[in-house]
Amino acid sequence: MREFLDEIIRDRLGQDPASWALTQGVYLVAMMAAGIALTTFGALFAGLTSWWERRIAARMQSRVGPNRVGPQGILQFLADALKLLVKEDLISSASDRWLFRAAPYFVVAGFALTFVVLPFGYHLSATRMNVGLFYVLSVTALVVVGILISGWASNSKWALFGGIRAAAQVVSYEIPAGLVILVPVLMAGSLNLHDIIRAQGGWPWDWYLFQTPMGYAGFFILFVALLAEGNRTPFDLPEAESELVSGYNTEYSGMRFAYFFLTEFGNLWVMSAVMTTCFLGGWQVPGVSAENLARWEALHQVPGWFYLVSAAVFCAKTLLLANVVIWIRWTFPRVRVDQMMSLCWKYLVPAAMALVVLAAVTELMSFELFGEAARVQAPLFSLRGLIHFAFFAAGGLVPAVLFFRKTFRNISFVGDRVRPLSNW
Amino acid sequence: MALEQIVITRKFGPGAEEEMILNMGPQHPSTHGVINFIVHADGEVMKKAVPEVGYLHRSIEKIGELVTFSGFMPYTDRVDYVAAMFANEGYAVAVEKLLGVAPPARAQYLRAISCELNRIASHLVAVGTMAMDIGAVTPFPYALREREYVNDLIEALCGARLTYNYHRIGGVAFDLPPDWAPNCHRFLDHFDRILDEWDRLISLNEIFVRRLAGLAVIPGPMAIDYGLVGPNLRASGVDYDLRKVHPYGAYPDFEFKVPVGKGFAGKNRGGQVGDCYDRFYCRVLEMRESVSIVRQALHKIPEGEWMAKVPRKVKPPGGEAQSRVESARGEMAYYVVSDGGEKAARVRVRTGSFMAMGIIEDLSPGLMIADLVALIASLDVVAPEIDR
Amino acid sequence: MPALSPEQIHQKLTQQFGEAIGPLCAPQKDPFCTFAPSRLLEICRTLKTDPELAFDFLQDLTATDHPKENQIRIVYHFYSYTHRHMLVAKCELDRASPEVDSVEVVWKAANWLEREVFDLFGVSFTGHGDLRRILLPDDWVGHPLRKDYQEAGGYQGISNVRDNTLNLYLDADRLMAEEKSKQAPPVPEKAPEAKAES
Repeated sequence: MREFLDEIIRDRLGQDPASWALTQGVYLVAMMAAGIALTTFGALFAGLTSWWERRIAARMQSRVGPNRVGPQGILQFLADALKLLVKEDLISSASDRWLFRAAPYFVVAGFALTFVVLPFGYHLSATRMNVGLFYVLSVTALVVVGILISGWASNSKWALFGGIRAAAQVVSYEIPAGLVILVPVLMAGSLNLHDIIRAQGGWPWDWYLFQTPMGYAGFFILFVALLAEGNRTPFDLPEAESELVSGYNTEYSGMRFAYFFLTEFGNLWVMSAVMTTCFLGGWQVPGVSAENLARWEALHQVPGWFYLVSAAVFCAKTLLLANVVIWIRWTFPRVRVDQMMSLCWKYLVPAAMALVVLAAVTELMSFELFGEAARVQAPLFSLRGLIHFAFFAAGGLVPAVLFFRKTFRNISFVGDRVRPLSNW
Repeated sequence: MALEQIVITRKFGPGAEEEMILNMGPQHPSTHGVINFIVHADGEVMKKAVPEVGYLHRSIEKIGELVTFSGFMPYTDRVDYVAAMFANEGYAVAVEKLLGVAPPARAQYLRAISCELNRIASHLVAVGTMAMDIGAVTPFPYALREREYVNDLIEALCGARLTYNYHRIGGVAFDLPPDWAPNCHRFLDHFDRILDEWDRLISLNEIFVRRLAGLAVIPGPMAIDYGLVGPNLRASGVDYDLRKVHPYGAYPDFEFKVPVGKGFAGKNRGGQVGDCYDRFYCRVLEMRESVSIVRQALHKIPEGEWMAKVPRKVKPPGGEAQSRVESARGEMAYYVVSDGGEKAARVRVRTGSFMAMGIIEDLSPGLMIADLVALIASLDVVAPEIDR
Repeated sequence: MPALSPEQIHQKLTQQFGEAIGPLCAPQKDPFCTFAPSRLLEICRTLKTDPELAFDFLQDLTATDHPKENQIRIVYHFYSYTHRHMLVAKCELDRASPEVDSVEVVWKAANWLEREVFDLFGVSFTGHGDLRRILLPDDWVGHPLRKDYQEAGGYQGISNVRDNTLNLYLDADRLMAEEKSKQAPPVPEKAPEAKAES
């Protein structure tokens, strides 16, 4: 962001950022503006997602869902937020008052701080931190601290169960997530989110998902681990309604409760954005190759539409993933605690470990074999390109075709007409 | 040792200070009504779960002694409001036995049809809530949607959707309305496919199966010893269905199978005879059989009266009779004692849920809290039927 | 082995236990016989273990109250899944201090059924492991299914009677009428119907 501001000061205001007196002021204003914008984005996204998720859930359950406030009920989240705002802020007398009040802030902080590094498009992010991915992992750990505090401070046994479950779950799943995230890091050679994206390409076969088998397997491991970290079904044990009433937030009401839900829905974006960045090519626009982009940058002539299109691409991928997460939530039952643990420690952690080692070995070997050329995207009609494409077809296209065929069959079996936009 | 710990140890025995006592209920999302479980848990694993029932006790048996024989019929609906037809039928059969009246053939068929439809509705609630208790929310509205169709049919038949009061002493209250049979056939054809969809939606879901396979296994002899009945008993491998073994009403005329548990979850997933998954799947299979029974009944139903000649004032001669019907929650027995008066001297309802609750305390040690929820759901207990 | 009729079962039991088994009551719809309470447990063990009887299922256990005879009768319904036959038996107990052996050791199902009878009839079962009230609160007074049970008029200060809800509306009507009459002096009423008839 600093380079971006310096550019503005240099090009638009005609001042030298190093010597101009108001530079620090411009930085401050820009920082505050960015902070407000990002927090607002997070809150708005969380609110809209809550409405969207409820509508999707309703469609899946042959219900209607919220459709009264605003067109198609899109303003439902405002009504909910208003209702929660004016609700009495109940703090049970037996609770630890200070911790009880502090918990939601931990949770919200852990969620909002991730936006500092998350990219939204080409050059569109608050900072380009060189330890971006590491920062995301460490900051999201704040959420579990908040959840644990809320469970403990409520002085309710159900909440305590939820808090302890959350702690056990998130701490366990951090390990496969942290390990498997090293696969794209190794492939890109950087922890910077933008660098990871720039090492991939625009077309699906240029994504890390379809680059190597390690990337392909890593994507699914990361997906499962992030589902668990975000407390989403089938890993929604900390708030398992049918077991723990409402889990760690049982005793919360009003705005404090709203913060927990803000985070839960907002985490959908964080989760999907991290995965889009690491495996799905981020904001890379299909058709704009790396050389193209480099040429534009060298000439300081990156066209304005590229910013917009790259942001749209990134958001589209992220929202698609978020929808998959929602879809999974309303399809699957919940796993049991021991199953959750054994899945993590017996399967995901060893698999992630193996993937990291494999990825490191492959990177090393390909570097030994091809030298710097290994880093460069192979053109489609070369041996490496064709191998990549075949892998993409086997791993991406075939499952997709099979999935759609099965879905259409299932729908027509029950006797419904298949309408692509509404009933599947 | 702190004073608190000494007190706890004295009260609950050594090692008790390690355990957490949780009150699960009476207001808890998955206790299926107002039931309280006092859970002694060590972390996630339970040492014991003691059911405390009685929150829904409405002294229906006492009411039976205070109102006339025919006046008690609406109260029987409240014994089990998820499957009220069976409660109606049980009482009607018991009083008919005392009176020495036999309902006409058409009434017997109407009873069978209404009961089997009600069984479908009740089992839909059972399997739907079970899926929800395991954490899958979507199957539940699917089940309730189909139940609404059944309710529509039953409403057309008797005017009520929940507390039917359809069976009367000596027959049933109303004949089939016009166009009812084709509508019912349409529903049954639709429901066959829905059951297949149900299997794909939840019954064959890997997570769901693995959650339930080999969980809270009740072997056959244990089930008999604890007096489990109905699907819970059959899931334990005991091939016993009143409709088959001691056929009553119109049931001798129908062909149907009795689903018996045989470890449906499969050996590789740890499925055993009498586990929670068997109890779940037996209910799914029973719905299929009910569909076939309703179809047969609609084809074979004879013309004629639907109400026997019963005096306006029901005054059975002195004596006692027990009726046994195969309710959705298993064998339901009404034990009615008459002293020759207008009111019964004693009405006793023996229900399946009451006995099913009795087994939970002995099954619970070693289960997890999430498993307790699954166990309660798999036994398909309904609070009003426990407490009456 | 074939299912036995109640008469056969009764005959077999009489041969073994003699006086402890009462005569079979035929005129009733479901025939039953009485067991002597003192030998109940012994008889029940035989019922379950004898291969010809094999009553493995305690289908029902309840009681009836007979103030005139000064008796509480425990009613047992036994069923055999092996032979698919049934037996109804009764135990006549003194109403003032009803006490009988628990059959929980024979059939586990008796646990909750006996608790229920204890709760609602006040019959105490000796040898029962966990004889507490089950449906009613622990501090409830009396046993409701006894014929002479009087309601205590509430529980823990919670009344079990309530005003007729209609009274509220009747009061409202009365108050409305009063208000109206205050606002406007009552007009002398005519009897239009009577006039129309004449």
